[in-house]
Amino acid sequence: MIQLKGLTKRYGTFTAVNSLDLSVPRGELFGFLGPNGAGKTTTLRMIAGILRPTAGTVHIGGVDVSADPMKAKAILGFIPDRPFIYDKLTGAEFLRFVAGIYSQNGKVIEHRGHELLTLFDLDQWRDELVESYSHGMRQKLIIASAFIHKPDVIVVDEPMVGLDPKAARILKDLFREYTRRGHTIMMSTHTLEVAETLCDRIGIIQGGTIRALGTMSELRAGSASGEDGLEQIFLKLTGENAAREFVDVLDA
Amino acid sequence: MPEGIGGPSFVHLLSPKWQSVRSRATKKQTGAAGRAIVLGIVGIVFWGFVFTVLFRLLRYFRGIPEIGPLLAGKLLGLILVSFFGMLLLSNVIAALSTFFLAKDLDLLVSGPVDWLRLYLAKVTETCAYSSWMVVLMAIPMFLAYGVAYDGGFVFLFVVLSMFIPFLILPSVIGSALTLLLINIFPARRTKDILSVIAVLAGGGIVLLFRLMRPEQLARPEGFRSLIEFVSVLRAPTSPWLPSEWVQTGIMSWLREEPDALPLYLLWSTAAAFLVLGALLHRALYAKGFTKAQESGERWVRESAFSALFARMLSPLGIVRRELVLKEVRLFFRDTTQWSQLILLAVLVVVYIFNIKYLPLGGEGVTFFVANLIPFLNLVLAGFVLASIAARFIFPGVSLEGRTMWLLRSSPLAMRDLLWSKFWVGTLPLLFFALGLVVITGMLMHVSQFIMAVSILTITMMTFAIAGLAVGFGTLFPRFGTENAAQIPTSFGGLLFMMAAIVLIGAVITLEARPVFSYLAAESFGTPRDPGEMLLGFGLSAALCVAATIVPIRIAKTRLEMLEV
Repeated sequence: MIQLKGLTKRYGTFTAVNSLDLSVPRGELFGFLGPNGAGKTTTLRMIAGILRPTAGTVHIGGVDVSADPMKAKAILGFIPDRPFIYDKLTGAEFLRFVAGIYSQNGKVIEHRGHELLTLFDLDQWRDELVESYSHGMRQKLIIASAFIHKPDVIVVDEPMVGLDPKAARILKDLFREYTRRGHTIMMSTHTLEVAETLCDRIGIIQGGTIRALGTMSELRAGSASGEDGLEQIFLKLTGENAAREFVDVLDA
Repeated sequence: MPEGIGGPSFVHLLSPKWQSVRSRATKKQTGAAGRAIVLGIVGIVFWGFVFTVLFRLLRYFRGIPEIGPLLAGKLLGLILVSFFGMLLLSNVIAALSTFFLAKDLDLLVSGPVDWLRLYLAKVTETCAYSSWMVVLMAIPMFLAYGVAYDGGFVFLFVVLSMFIPFLILPSVIGSALTLLLINIFPARRTKDILSVIAVLAGGGIVLLFRLMRPEQLARPEGFRSLIEFVSVLRAPTSPWLPSEWVQTGIMSWLREEPDALPLYLLWSTAAAFLVLGALLHRALYAKGFTKAQESGERWVRESAFSALFARMLSPLGIVRRELVLKEVRLFFRDTTQWSQLILLAVLVVVYIFNIKYLPLGGEGVTFFVANLIPFLNLVLAGFVLASIAARFIFPGVSLEGRTMWLLRSSPLAMRDLLWSKFWVGTLPLLFFALGLVVITGMLMHVSQFIMAVSILTITMMTFAIAGLAVGFGTLFPRFGTENAAQIPTSFGGLLFMMAAIVLIGAVITLEARPVFSYLAAESFGTPRDPGEMLLGFGLSAALCVAATIVPIRIAKTRLEMLEV
């Protein structure tokens, strides 16, 4: 459903994403992991059509995003890591607006909007301006908006940031059920527990290239001990410096 | 705590601001040299213009015995009163951001920062944000006074010693007013209230100033006697206003009768107000800052009118209807946006007032002159439209910056986005432009021909100016800026205004010849030339069509290539 071929993004002399090849089939929940600055967000924004690749292609549902962006984006929902939305619209109006730009409206959308807002405990705030929403409420509203047009593919950048435990649980269940129904989700996350328990397959990216790819059992099999958890695998692949001599740092 | 018991120093607190300004100034950007050159030229032309006009006027005043210095002083007083009003308003608005809404406040308030140093740092920041424009305007003005009255090199220090406390005073008063307001209303409400108050006050000042008809001062024949005229000039505008002290101090120096009292008044008052402001800050800031974190709830229920409006837009299709609805909602729910309409209304009243008092009906005013001036009035109307477009249409794309992720990741054609920006801005502008031209035309009793020319030209110019505003606004976006009012003052805004002025000039030049020929034929019976008329108006129309379409086309390509 998502096909990346030789995907590359350079900013001047810096290569953020380096010739990435990846295929995410229909009905899969794919987890995209990597340290800060590894190229996750850049990759996801290229898939969403917000950034243009320096080289390579992105296909969504068989449609080339560069060649036919409208057709590709029509079946896509994107959830960014930072919840910037129109402050002067209400939650309900924002959902209606998002549905509108996907050319959808009417009673079905009103009903779906109501259901989504209720699911995320936002229904009582539906007629309040977004400017008074908290960070987590905004994040929940954006997540709801990504589902409003029932896209075939959802691309999510750090979905758990700012969510309360209940909303995080709802989101995990929602993602699971959505992919069970044949939709595809690709998400980046730093919450390794979420990736480990939720994702069908995981890709670990560092320095713009994929360092490991597969199911949890495939990743374990590929590690030296063969019994590591995702955290150990992640740290081994991305460098263990992060967990090194705290004493030196604190004494500095 | 490296700075000692009192916490970080006043200079340390201000250092991030200074470093940000320095890094912005030294940042290497493509086209930075071109921008610097354009800004430099515009700045020099502006300064040169202000200096020349003022210098000539002051030289003329200097030649008039007795009354000359009084007139020069009165003029300086009027300018300084306007400056003081502007400073007070902008300080009140700026203090709301610097003291209560700025992003660095969480860090400063949670850190071991001494209250007095925080107050002084924030007053300085408020003063800098609010005063730089006034300072830029004041430079050519004081230069003209200094040169015209041979003030000498020391005059520079005299001006500095007077102007610094003159800038401090409104900053302290403005900050104190904001502090009091924030303790009464929540921050968001205060922001709304301040926007409306500022605009109303600004409009009121302009209106009052205009209705006083200050041009009468330059026409002594309007007064019953010379003594009455001189007594009006001699009377201080208000002995309690700092602007009056600066005026008295500077004019006394220029008349070579130095008077230290104004200087003493300025500095002692500034110092006293700073102490009072600091005490008020100590008493009320903590409470106010807590209140500023509250956000007033704002519930919006869809009214019957908005439902009807949405239904009326149905023929546009789902995407365009939603885009238009979003534009209209965002505009009318943002106080900082719609409140500008009040200022616009004032501008129109002043404009019509000026037209009403044009002496076009008196003796010696021929049909030719009576119709030529209304034609040239189109230039002024064009400027008004350009400034409105700069304020309301130019920022449109920039304001989408933070939500561009949504628009770019959805199947929204950038053509549709620009379409909504263009029409939502252009239609009200067109109604306004037509109203302005028809009303002023009627006030000036223009002929049917000039009325038709005016309506046709202003319609074409409205579309072209709106097209330019959308185009330049997209080519020079300010995606990081949340305040729409700041966007037109950017480099792109300046370029847009320059392009709009060139367009207005070109349209009027192209139409001038056929209009002149027509008026000459009507007045003096010279032969008519339909070919010339067709060519002039045809070229003018072609130019306006190109200025409407080409910038929007370029903007569309730019938006499609945009990476956010």
